[in-house]
Amino acid sequence: MLAWAVTRPRGWPEAVAAVPAAVIVIAVGAIGGRGALTESRQLGPVIGFLAAILVLAKLCDDDGVFRACGRWMARAGAGSPGRLLAAVFGVAALTTAVLSLDATVVLLTPVVFATASRLQMRARPHVYACTHLANSASLLLPVSNLTNLLAFAASGLSFGRFAELMAVPWLAIIALEYAVSRRFFACDLHAGPPRPVADDPGERNGLPTFTLVVVALTLAGFAAASAVGVNPAWAAAAGAAVLAGRALTRRQVTPVSLVKAADVPFLLFVLGLGIVVAAVTANGLRHALAPLVPGGTSLLALLAVAALAAALANVCNNLPAVLVLLPLATPAGPGAVLAVLLGVNIGPNLTYTGSLATLLWRRILARRGSAPDLGEFTRLGLLTVPAGLVLTVLALWAGLRLVGG
Amino acid sequence: MGDADNPARSVCIWVAEGTWPATVDAALRLAPAGARFTLLHVTEPGPADAVRGAHLGLLGRGGRDPGPQMTELGTTSAAALLAAAAGRLGRRCGQRAVQGQAERAVVAASADADLLIVARDGDRARLGPRSLGRVTRFVVDHAACPVLLVWPEPAPAVGTMPAPPPHHPHPPEH
Repeated sequence: MLAWAVTRPRGWPEAVAAVPAAVIVIAVGAIGGRGALTESRQLGPVIGFLAAILVLAKLCDDDGVFRACGRWMARAGAGSPGRLLAAVFGVAALTTAVLSLDATVVLLTPVVFATASRLQMRARPHVYACTHLANSASLLLPVSNLTNLLAFAASGLSFGRFAELMAVPWLAIIALEYAVSRRFFACDLHAGPPRPVADDPGERNGLPTFTLVVVALTLAGFAAASAVGVNPAWAAAAGAAVLAGRALTRRQVTPVSLVKAADVPFLLFVLGLGIVVAAVTANGLRHALAPLVPGGTSLLALLAVAALAAALANVCNNLPAVLVLLPLATPAGPGAVLAVLLGVNIGPNLTYTGSLATLLWRRILARRGSAPDLGEFTRLGLLTVPAGLVLTVLALWAGLRLVGG
Repeated sequence: MGDADNPARSVCIWVAEGTWPATVDAALRLAPAGARFTLLHVTEPGPADAVRGAHLGLLGRGGRDPGPQMTELGTTSAAALLAAAAGRLGRRCGQRAVQGQAERAVVAASADADLLIVARDGDRARLGPRSLGRVTRFVVDHAACPVLLVWPEPAPAVGTMPAPPPHHPHPPEH
């Protein structure tokens, strides 16, 4: 199934493999019908939440939020690659936290690349910053990453509590990534004297204020809904509905494009993957991994959990990794669940897709005559991932001690 | 290679983001009269590949892959930079946009040139044995023709040269 997801024969969506695989594991009795139903019931709200966030990000893009970010970064970074990097860090960290890592990778990174090029600066530090922060800056909120949504459902934490415990690790990893980037890319960031660049006269559009206000209100809605015991997915749905309604009445989008943005095959893929992983876990994997997952939330236990999660995310991928580890970590409390998230969210900066998938990808591209150039990316990952895991676990552990799990 | 019978020397100017104005200016000031200019820009595949990899890491997302868009943006940006450099040069010149590792692509291009003009990269605040950037260092070591290495800004005055070390080792006795 993972191989399918990477190779995507004939461009078919991953769900084409995941859904039959789920049907097969149920049919052969690897997971009971009831088990599959429980898994689906748990995943249902998560998938709804995910769909709302995907639509929200698409509508933000349509309304020019990322183009506005590009204009702001160009103004802030004009004449100085170092200042541009700081601006990119700010925008990428916030985009990832609020609109999820998908938005950063797919919608923001091309804008950052275009901005750096327009300023006649080397795009490399800024592009790598986006790809790294898409993973490591996705710690802050349950909506920042699908892994967080899955863990959030299992952890029993409120939205606000989750953010409170993850805020310091989030800031710590961003600071570390920034410090490493400044050094690692010193050559590109200091290439040549500062040069003034003329404003692009065609780029004088205003800020998409309405959309930004709706996103801010949606964010407040997450915390408010969670505090009164309502699933914050409803706040996401409401925010997406307001923006969608406005865009529909202005004929800026069609209902079809909204459904496309929700990426139904992906939602089915997540459901299928969840059921397959539950079946595999119930049939031996849990017993194999259980001795490796320490109980409790001592500093060493949290470090071990995060390291194991990062290792698993690098062997397969962070989605299956989090699905496998959650049932094992949940009994030890929210601290252990959050440690899993530190591992599966920061870990992928070593091998984005997990090493197995990366190997497959390399082989496919090599056959087409263009093996990907991953040397620099791997060196950067080695500098940030192990240190980042230790730093964020320390921050989480201190947070748990100070405010309690 | 040009020779005595063919005085039109071939000068390759490496156009890189941030430092290219200095190389173009050096060409105008120092290249032999009647030189044939080629502007060279290299796009490295690393960043676009990293974005492709990051998108692939979003397991299962059917959404659009930003990889092709990144490649396209890279091509447009290379063309724009070469056009800007050609404008500053203000002479007839060839333009080459290539893909690959910068240092290797530049060395490969030096095979057809009589002179390669490169701006120095790396640490210009603390000058020392390692202050030349990795890419510049490789080009200086391996280029197949003379290399004109220029500062991206005016070169420092002689007075900024560090003082000689205070203790000289004794010369070996014979």
